Amino acid sequence: MNRNVEDLAGTKVEMEAETKIPVFPEREALRLNPEKTEDAAPKPKTRRRLKVAHPERCIGCLGCMFACSRTRTGTVSLQDSAIKVQTQGGIEGDFRVVVCRGCEDAPCARACPEGALEKKPDGRVVFHKDLCTGCGKCEKACLVGAISLGKEKMPIKCIHCGACVDFCPHGVLELEEVPVSGG
Amino acid sequence: MLRKILYIDLTSGESFVQERQELFENWMGGTGAGIKLLQEECPSGMDPLSPEAPIILSIGPLNGIFPVATKTVATFKSPLTGELGESYAGGRLSLAMRFAGHEAIVIRGRADRPSYISINDSKVEIKDATSIWGIDAQTTGVVLREHETGVGRRSIIRIGPAGENLVRYAGVVVDTYRHFGRLGLGATFGSKKLKALVISGTEHVDVPDPKRYKEVYNRLYKTTVQTDVMEKYHDIGTSVNINVLNWLKGLPTKNFLLSSFPEGEKISGEMFAENYLFRRLSCAGCPIGCVHIAALKSAFSTHHEFEVRKVSYDYEPIYSLGSNLGIESAEGILQLIDVCERTGLDVMSAGVVLSWATEALENGLITTGETLDVPMQWNNVDGYSRALENIVKGSNDFYRALARGVDYAAEKYGGRDFAMALGKNEVSGYHTGPASIVGQLVGVRHSHLDNGGYAIDQKAAKKPMDPERMVDELIKEDNSRGVFNSLVGCLFARGVYTEENIIDSLGAVGIVKTGEELQDLGKRIFDEKYKFKVQEGFDLTRAHVPKRFYETISLSGSITPETVDEMLRIYRKKRGWS
Repeated sequence: MNRNVEDLAGTKVEMEAETKIPVFPEREALRLNPEKTEDAAPKPKTRRRLKVAHPERCIGCLGCMFACSRTRTGTVSLQDSAIKVQTQGGIEGDFRVVVCRGCEDAPCARACPEGALEKKPDGRVVFHKDLCTGCGKCEKACLVGAISLGKEKMPIKCIHCGACVDFCPHGVLELEEVPVSGG
Repeated sequence: MLRKILYIDLTSGESFVQERQELFENWMGGTGAGIKLLQEECPSGMDPLSPEAPIILSIGPLNGIFPVATKTVATFKSPLTGELGESYAGGRLSLAMRFAGHEAIVIRGRADRPSYISINDSKVEIKDATSIWGIDAQTTGVVLREHETGVGRRSIIRIGPAGENLVRYAGVVVDTYRHFGRLGLGATFGSKKLKALVISGTEHVDVPDPKRYKEVYNRLYKTTVQTDVMEKYHDIGTSVNINVLNWLKGLPTKNFLLSSFPEGEKISGEMFAENYLFRRLSCAGCPIGCVHIAALKSAFSTHHEFEVRKVSYDYEPIYSLGSNLGIESAEGILQLIDVCERTGLDVMSAGVVLSWATEALENGLITTGETLDVPMQWNNVDGYSRALENIVKGSNDFYRALARGVDYAAEKYGGRDFAMALGKNEVSGYHTGPASIVGQLVGVRHSHLDNGGYAIDQKAAKKPMDPERMVDELIKEDNSRGVFNSLVGCLFARGVYTEENIIDSLGAVGIVKTGEELQDLGKRIFDEKYKFKVQEGFDLTRAHVPKRFYETISLSGSITPETVDEMLRIYRKKRGWS
């Protein structure tokens, strides 16, 4: 089972589903099964969105961040992860898990003066690397801090592929299907 | 992957980076590189608390890159034993070192006033720590977080007052809840006027073949989250062994006077988990979440006013500060662990020192004059808390002796027969049989984790083993753990890293090794460590075993000195030392 996602430049790429790893069986139910959902609801049109379902269950392993950079760039990096696990007062405090909310009226796309972050009719925001000047306005526009410049001074934009979900051992993350407005 | 060492001199305030590709090629990293660097930096007879004595922190080629390769090893001359100092800590340190680009950090010299080291990638600064000298380890972390960058990807390691006051078994707290606990690294920090080290980095690692990397990563990850072994650490945690060893008569109780604790159920891992556990944490890069945090809620007035402390616990502190001191409540143990966390003491040594003092007081070797009227009595939590504070402060000659370890105190006041140390290191919580004793005696750092003798005893209890077979197992573990500790993986996950998986994961980062080469490496590392030990005066033929081990029935029944002596004789022979 392979699934189509968009890479950083907005082109369709086929991503291997090798990341699907059953963690603890009872948590399997928490994870959305894309095939089933497609069967059950072929219409209306939906898009896939990453969700922090249970932030308080985070143990701070950073597995999601490494999964993100590993899957998308093939490197080992915290900087190049679109998902961020932040500490608040060290590990004594609570973790804050920051993911892109997939906004309908995406402030990051609105803030981009070059059209490098393009809002698609189905609600997705697609990044065009060739148009980006690395100005960082998108980063400032996102209050939750879900988009930030990576090591190449280009925004690291979540594409809601779900690679991180499969490497969360505590069921913190889920993929959900949301309706596409006007779709 | 460039493999670099950062050298920092606290006396001159200077630092530089050196590439040492050959060192890492020959000795892998972690403990292999650590022992070679110690040999370079620490000539024979050096005072472990002198400015010249080095602190070496090192990681291995898999840290930050593969699951459960989460540890950092500290190598130094132990202020407690006077020979090899080696201690491992998890948390976020290995990851921070990886992304700052340093596989090893060598710290030398002594600052002229309290200082801390701040490392951001290649930038190194030595900063004034005068205003936080004397502050507890936890608050030190709180303060430094405010001043330093790298939220979420940094590591802050620091000492408490115990390290500042050179208690010989002071530890270094790593990112709260993790520690370089054993053998006194905290005192070495203190002697250098080094309060803390903060490190973060923004580098990344390019692997030679991303596809292969993902394949091996996924395989190891899957094994990690699916094996039963790891489920044990995830669920109740290491403290699940309290009940197990208590039933099997292997749980040291009241300074090894007993090997099972009638009140054991009250301090079992299950008791902690059901009533106090509120959270689990992971070291960065490990999906298990074995760090168990208890909430200790206590009222400080009759008007429903409470203070809540978050205390991490494991098997060893529950033994050393619990059954070993006859403490009959989980809350009492959490209070004592909390004192050690704040002051920065090694929980294991601290507990064993207190249990010896309790017996010495009972036997009249010391009096309440020495203890300054502190009631060191079994199950007296308040008395023990005050005693720990006195050790940290060095309140009088007696407490200053306790601050030098149980072996030193017993040399001075008597009671060596029940001063529970092996190789001058206070023992771990296993009265399982001869392999545990011999294992800790011969082990490079006199730790139960050098070769897991306690596990060999437990195996032998099910299916008898002769002394030679036990020695063979110890040697096998000594060597293979040397390899694993050069990587530097978490020993809980050693089952995941089979030889085949080690070869594959090294291959994925571009290091080609065969099984034979790895086995040879393990043996070479062991030999180099012994060279250092012997150079510093360690002599296995003169090793002292406290009589108490032979007086109290163990999990394997009565242990005789003859068995231990025979195993030591076989061990020396097999190592080619006699």
